[in-house]
Amino acid sequence: MTNKSKKFEGDPNTTGHSWDGIEEFDNPMPRWWLWVFYATIIWGVGYTIAYPAWPGVSSATAGLVGWSSRADVVEEIQIAEERLAPINAKLEAAELTQIAADEELNSYATSAGAAVFKTFCAQCHGSGAAGGVGYPNLLDNDWLWGGDIENIYLTVKHGIRNEEDDDARYSEMPAFGELLEKEEIEQVVNYVMSLSGDPVDASLVDAGAVVYEDNCSACHMENGTGDREQGAPNLVDALWLYGGDYASIKETVTYSRYGVMPSWSYRDRLSEAQIRAVSSYVHQLGGGE
Amino acid sequence: MAILDKHKILETNATLLLICSFLVVTIGGIVQIAPLFWLENTIEDVEGVRPYTPLEMAGREIYIREGCYVCHSQMIRPMRDEVERYGHYSLAAESKYDHPFQWGSKRTGPDLARVGGRYSDDWHVDHLRDPQAVVPESVMPKYGFLENRMIEGEYMGDIMAANAVVGVPYTAEMIENAQSDFLAQADPDSDYDGLLERYGEEGVNVRNFDGQPGVSEADALIAYLQMLGTLVDFSAFTPDASR
Repeated sequence: MTNKSKKFEGDPNTTGHSWDGIEEFDNPMPRWWLWVFYATIIWGVGYTIAYPAWPGVSSATAGLVGWSSRADVVEEIQIAEERLAPINAKLEAAELTQIAADEELNSYATSAGAAVFKTFCAQCHGSGAAGGVGYPNLLDNDWLWGGDIENIYLTVKHGIRNEEDDDARYSEMPAFGELLEKEEIEQVVNYVMSLSGDPVDASLVDAGAVVYEDNCSACHMENGTGDREQGAPNLVDALWLYGGDYASIKETVTYSRYGVMPSWSYRDRLSEAQIRAVSSYVHQLGGGE
Repeated sequence: MAILDKHKILETNATLLLICSFLVVTIGGIVQIAPLFWLENTIEDVEGVRPYTPLEMAGREIYIREGCYVCHSQMIRPMRDEVERYGHYSLAAESKYDHPFQWGSKRTGPDLARVGGRYSDDWHVDHLRDPQAVVPESVMPKYGFLENRMIEGEYMGDIMAANAVVGVPYTAEMIENAQSDFLAQADPDSDYDGLLERYGEEGVNVRNFDGQPGVSEADALIAYLQMLGTLVDFSAFTPDASR
């Protein structure tokens, strides 16, 4: 090293390393930093003693404070349930038809029901409950299985055509594509359209009425008003779950439809109080009977 | 200090530094990973958990291929808000046959750990085809093309054999019948007794999931989604809270 750099007065010592004449100061770490560093090491040791950490033969150390995420959530839920226990007990004990008459209970049921609806029902029935193609509108007064609170409750509790619940509402329209001639289907579609409006081909309506009488009237009734006992839709109200145009009705008659709703009591998906709450909420949306 | 002077030997000897670094990392790894294989509370035995059927496994492969895990987690954490929205918190045992697990790390969409049975098959078809048609506020892309991609399941035996190597209890019989079980599960008119015999009477859904003839990728994906989180009956099982 021929060209030795000048060392200023007050400079710290160097590390003694030298590369191509470049030297390195050996500045000490700031004191505060060093103490924080030591403190975190001590904290870390204490932390593993207080909380579950060290593996043993069959289980890890449980920790002195006895913390468990599972116990935590059980306790949290218990606290919330205890707070709601009196009103939930009242809701579960009440006659379904009497809930709306009790102001406090009704206010609780509808607001709790709204929360349940937004979490579990809105995906199909829409966040505003207006439904969509294949998913019934819950705002109007057209009900497949009945719109009084008891029927709404049964529908929510057991669902429709699901495989989970033996009490699920069940009915199935045959796929008439396998039972009727093509012409007969076209005739009956025109007849069904004539019940609530204008058929595509008026000349087929009379023939369609005969097909309807023989094949459809047992469930949809002679006059087409449907039968809620069997979940058979009303055909005269111009409200259509799967579309009321010629092509949609023809598809329905040919292949049938098979809308499924889950059972909400299956494996305690929803509690009894939640089912009653959401039934109350749906009942008061506008179409409740 | 003497020990720091010794450190110079490491700093100036790249191979030695590499070997010693590797040793340190190995010790750290063993301490963290090895106990998981013998601690009882990490391998809780839960009734009902079974390996995926071939059709569900194919759906899982599609789930991974399409990157569903990027937006959806499959891990309900033990917190009140999650338990109330999604259902019982997830157990380690429920993903013990997942290679790799699909816990995910981010939720743009909801958690799917217990999505099974919460919606109808029709809903899944509608939703995959056009998510905004049923959930207007959704930002999920459309997956309608899955309905048009027909699959035969000819490689399911290979995939299951690979899973068997890493510990999933697929029997030789399951692997041998992989393709016929695959086809049977999506066809309720088929002879699916063998499928139920191998995978259990309960908890195996045999349906035409997408409502169309043949087995499409949508069939497989919906079969997978419809069984997620349904294997353990929590109305009859209470996990040990101390774990």
